Amino acid sequence: MSLALHLPALQVVIPLISAPLAVLVRRGGWAFLIVTAASWAALAAAIALWLATADGATISYALGNWPPPWGIEYRVDRLSSFVLLLVSATAAIVLPYARASIEREIPHAQHYLFYAMFALCLTGLLGIAITGDAFNAFVFLEISSLSGYVLIALGRDRRALVAAYQYLIMGSIGATFFVIGVGLLYLMTGTLNLADMAERIGAIRESRSVLAALAFLTVGISLKLALFPLHQWLPNAYTYAPSVVTAFLAATATKVSIYLLIRFYYSVFGESFVFQKLPLPEIMLVMSIAAMFVASLVAAFQNDLKRLLAYSSVSQIGYITLGLSYDTVNGLTASLVHMFNHAVTKGGLFLFVGCAVAVAGGSSLARLSGLARVMPLTSFGIVLGGLSLIGVPGTCGFIGKWYLILAALEKGQWGLAMAVVTSSLLAVAYVWRFVETAYFREPHASLAGRKEAPPALLAPALLLAGAMLYFGLETSVSLGSAAGAAVMLMAVGK
Amino acid sequence: MRHDLVLRVIAKLMMPFTLLFALYVQFHGDFGPGGGFQAGVIAAAMVILYALIYGLDQARKALPDWLVETMLAGGVLLYAGVGMAGLMLGGNFLDYFVLHADPVQGQHRGIFWVEAGVAVTVSGVMLKIFYMFAGRGRDPE
Amino acid sequence: MNFGSHFSYAMTVFLMMAGLFVVIARGNLIKQLVGLGILQTSVYLLYIAPGKLIGGTAPIISAQFQIYSNPLPHVLILTAIVVGVATLALGLALVVRIRETYDTIEEDEILARDHGEPAHDGA
Repeated sequence: MSLALHLPALQVVIPLISAPLAVLVRRGGWAFLIVTAASWAALAAAIALWLATADGATISYALGNWPPPWGIEYRVDRLSSFVLLLVSATAAIVLPYARASIEREIPHAQHYLFYAMFALCLTGLLGIAITGDAFNAFVFLEISSLSGYVLIALGRDRRALVAAYQYLIMGSIGATFFVIGVGLLYLMTGTLNLADMAERIGAIRESRSVLAALAFLTVGISLKLALFPLHQWLPNAYTYAPSVVTAFLAATATKVSIYLLIRFYYSVFGESFVFQKLPLPEIMLVMSIAAMFVASLVAAFQNDLKRLLAYSSVSQIGYITLGLSYDTVNGLTASLVHMFNHAVTKGGLFLFVGCAVAVAGGSSLARLSGLARVMPLTSFGIVLGGLSLIGVPGTCGFIGKWYLILAALEKGQWGLAMAVVTSSLLAVAYVWRFVETAYFREPHASLAGRKEAPPALLAPALLLAGAMLYFGLETSVSLGSAAGAAVMLMAVGK
Repeated sequence: MRHDLVLRVIAKLMMPFTLLFALYVQFHGDFGPGGGFQAGVIAAAMVILYALIYGLDQARKALPDWLVETMLAGGVLLYAGVGMAGLMLGGNFLDYFVLHADPVQGQHRGIFWVEAGVAVTVSGVMLKIFYMFAGRGRDPE
Repeated sequence: MNFGSHFSYAMTVFLMMAGLFVVIARGNLIKQLVGLGILQTSVYLLYIAPGKLIGGTAPIISAQFQIYSNPLPHVLILTAIVVGVATLALGLALVVRIRETYDTIEEDEILARDHGEPAHDGA
């Protein structure tokens, strides 16, 4: 038995097995150890897969030894290994933070269930990225979503329940639309294997059923990735979820949905069909621009830091889909690299906000006034993340925006390049609101006598802050993978 | 329903038959309609019937919460364990062909244990859901 | 190509629209979940109905039969039903807890009760 051959299966199975083990031990501490070890093992597997596919190779793994297209196939290429790396690295960094964080936010008796749910959510997200089977993707989508709803509902505020319920309704509608789209494709092609589907779809692309399938898939996945008018679930869910859950979901859940959308557009329907024959790029362009401006504006008027950052997430997703709508290699590269960098930024930011919440007891801006004097490191981290959201050179947020502007200029679209720059100025506005409260106001009464957050919380957050700087300066991992994946997708999609 | 003699007697009479039917559905799943999912639900329905007639506390005494939780986790582990066994024996994950010298027998063996895992998990989950909803408002949180 | 052979599709679309309407138009949380259930049921029908071929038999290879029905949609939908059950159970569990904390399951009343509370401070 050679372990390396089975990495695609182990990637998903290890976190999956850790979930029931966490339930069996029934102790928070042991569950924490099991799930953390599993997430680290998953990270190791993801790194190995990423290295193995770095030269453009594709790994195919037949589950149950049923050869594709009959059996379920796990398929790892440059794009999926990139997403696997992103998801498992986020989990591996966030889990050590979780221990100290949920100590303060979740009743002790529920800790082992929290870890089990976290492991299931991780399993689902990794599964979406690795599977080469359309229906399997739906199942993993629902595994990650259902466990995500539970994780959100664990928030202390009673509004967490309503937020989770609303997310459940919207998310289930999205998943149902997704499965309707898959069903129509299955009826038309007779296969569920994505690669096989791509081959068979060629002749019948123009048929109305396939167009309907494309529409259902687009709307369904857009609900899950919170594309602008479909983002209603996101602000409440991110605001009221426990800090660590917000950080993990903000960094991974929407990103994996974007991956799924890209996978269907480029690897199944084909780039030339989706982007050149249909008015999809125009629609996506309008949505993206609206997201960039409206969501940023709304963010600037929020009185709660978590909610402010949630709206900022909606606007950042706008940048990612904007890159998609360009339909060029540079545009796609911009999308993918921004997806990665935004995950690093938002993950780090929400971890720092979690530190602030742990000390200040809430995330409303009023409560956080004067934070910099009490918690200099946390405030600095939030400002650094804010700079990355704006896209200041030297931070990782810059890279994606730079490529977005490059791609816009390449197409001769000066207006779009200006739009990216202008909406970044709106980001300055909402980041400034935090800077103003934290640095130029007297400390809030509840901060009196408080100190910086404990190292257990600060260390993972600082690690991600370092990553924000690292990926802003040294881009071979992020940009290299994104560009490689973009070239591969554009070549396949023709 | 402490004094409804008819209900109590009939319920008790029905229980072994319900369980037998569950086992039939479970093991006949190889040859006809059936399988772990259906069998698990039927077995859980038996306990739920018991709880309806004799009260939730009695059911919880017979099948305590920790056992139900162990069931729902253990079944998944059994399923994953079959998958890992395929991996250990030189095949892919969930590869049943290698579970026996004869591949057809291997498939038989694999699906048998997988269905067993499914049945245990499903009845565990059904009972857990029932306990949670029925116990709501009585359990001290 | 007549209405009869497309009956299942007509039912699918009807259920789909009915479910979606109930989810969107109703303020009662339980009714929303019912609508969601109907919406999901329409998907089951969408998959299962075309799997049955008229005159087809169970897919066990035999010299006597030429036409077989497709068993795969059943397997897929069994999975989808499990997902639906899990969604419904979780949704109802959330509604129970919402009812306990808010004392209502009407969406507008819940929103009204949260109105005016400071954002995330009470936590």
